[in-house]
Amino acid sequence: MERETFLRDRLLPIGTVLLALVALWYVFAVILNAPFERDTAARAGETITFSEILPKTMAQERPVLPAPHQVFAELWDTTVNKAITSKRSLVYHAWITLSATLLGFAMGAVLGILLAIGIVHNRAMDRSLMPWVIASQTIPILAIAPMIIVVLNAVGISGLMPKALISTYLSFFPVVVGMVKGLRSPEQIQLDLMHTYNASPAQTFRKLRWPASMPYLFTSLKVAVAISLVGAIVGELPTGAVAGLGARLLAGSYYGQTVQIWAALFMAAGVAALLVAAVGVAHGLVLKRMGARA
Amino acid sequence: MKLAVLLAAVLFWLAAWAFNEWLVRRRFASPAAERAARIAVPLLFGVTILVLWEGTVRGFSIPSVLLPPPSMIWARLTGSLPTLWADFRQTFLKSVLTGYALGCGLGFVVAILIDRSPFLQKGLLPLGNFVSALPVIGVAPIMVMWFGFDWQSKVAVVVIMTFFPMLVNTVSGLAATSHMERDLMRTYAADWWQTLIKLRLPAAWPFIFNALKINSTLALIGAIVAEFFGTPIVGMGFRISTEVGRMNVDMVWAEIAVAAVAGSAFYGAVALVERIVTFWHPSVRGGQA
Repeated sequence: MERETFLRDRLLPIGTVLLALVALWYVFAVILNAPFERDTAARAGETITFSEILPKTMAQERPVLPAPHQVFAELWDTTVNKAITSKRSLVYHAWITLSATLLGFAMGAVLGILLAIGIVHNRAMDRSLMPWVIASQTIPILAIAPMIIVVLNAVGISGLMPKALISTYLSFFPVVVGMVKGLRSPEQIQLDLMHTYNASPAQTFRKLRWPASMPYLFTSLKVAVAISLVGAIVGELPTGAVAGLGARLLAGSYYGQTVQIWAALFMAAGVAALLVAAVGVAHGLVLKRMGARA
Repeated sequence: MKLAVLLAAVLFWLAAWAFNEWLVRRRFASPAAERAARIAVPLLFGVTILVLWEGTVRGFSIPSVLLPPPSMIWARLTGSLPTLWADFRQTFLKSVLTGYALGCGLGFVVAILIDRSPFLQKGLLPLGNFVSALPVIGVAPIMVMWFGFDWQSKVAVVVIMTFFPMLVNTVSGLAATSHMERDLMRTYAADWWQTLIKLRLPAAWPFIFNALKINSTLALIGAIVAEFFGTPIVGMGFRISTEVGRMNVDMVWAEIAVAAVAGSAFYGAVALVERIVTFWHPSVRGGQA
């Protein structure tokens, strides 16, 4: 077997696919935006050649599909050129969504870990709770999002909390399932060893089960953080488009601002990548402290 | 009064818990009784939740705008079956099933197509993994703009959401066979197609069904959320968002109940097919899916 190299096995294939995607995007931008230019020309009673259409499709104000450079110009404009506190700044909107995501993620992770500990140590809880945890995963939880927002607003809880609660609701499931698996991952022979040491259940938990579950925990945390971002974005939809990435999406779709939608989408993708990467780094650090080889 | 209700709720909870605890610890003589007890425990838990819900809502006289009791939701559910059926047909039968079939089929086909090119696999797989972590649901407004308000735009959203999990899982499933098994196929002089159909696809089924199960929930979520961005006056997502606005919370809950049952049934159907197709897999033979 040859050794894998970064250039040949990572950069080159991924770069090629990405370039192909961008090229495809430009082609479709021309195809999808051209009818509009032809219509305008026909209405003005002029004939328009393809070479005249081409540059125009790249610079429409409300294109069907904005060209990549338009999206990135908008991204640059709304992140760097605007003050962070301005309502037109994407950083401001991203921060609103991010804070709800992080709060919800933290609550979901803690709740999920606690439930998993209960399920592993109590047979009745295992038998009665586990089927419902699995069944609840099959329910389209996001459908309840507008419900929760409106109800909590009526009770007087508004702002960050309702969105965070939706994120919590979404993110605790992967953590429960992953942690139950992780806490049960020590083998019988290891549990027997703890038994011969006369270890109490608490000691077994602290010295064997908890360390053994770390890889499972971080794998499910990655899923959980991604899904809690989705929860926060969807949670912003029914609040009447005030602030946040979800509100940007909704406002963009109301007013036909396609460039704004795409910019918000890319911002959301960037935030998601950042969050998952952060969990990955934390995973690496914890494994290193536990003495695993990199 | 309120204290009494609270006390009753806690007592009921403890009694149900104790009964469950007793049921779990008890050994039954016949296997049939054992199995019945196994099913009864989670059922009892569900019933407990429902009774507590009904009891506290009535006992504390919580306004039904906030949280309607289950009996009221049930009444509304049975009372407006035609509306619910129309929504179900629009969202589930048209958007979800079409999009699910298209997205999963496309992911599967693309995975087979790039199977022979390690270069494309190395390029597409990290991207696929990355996209799976993205809030793909955000493309919904764009799809609604492109494909119109009707179910076609929801199908497009569902296709995009289900494509990447299917692609990633199928590719890793096709790579699941060991060198030894592939060498054996080679000694039989099996060509690429024969190896694919007789060895690699069967080995890939557990992975593919994993994606199918993930996608069954994703598809329903995608279709419902896409309806928040614009839809004709029918559909589960539409009904939820408008009835919330009109404060008809019992109708919203009825719709959620339908969505929950449909989602669970969909997932269950996929899991059932999985048990039949991958009967040889340890997780099925062990009796736990």
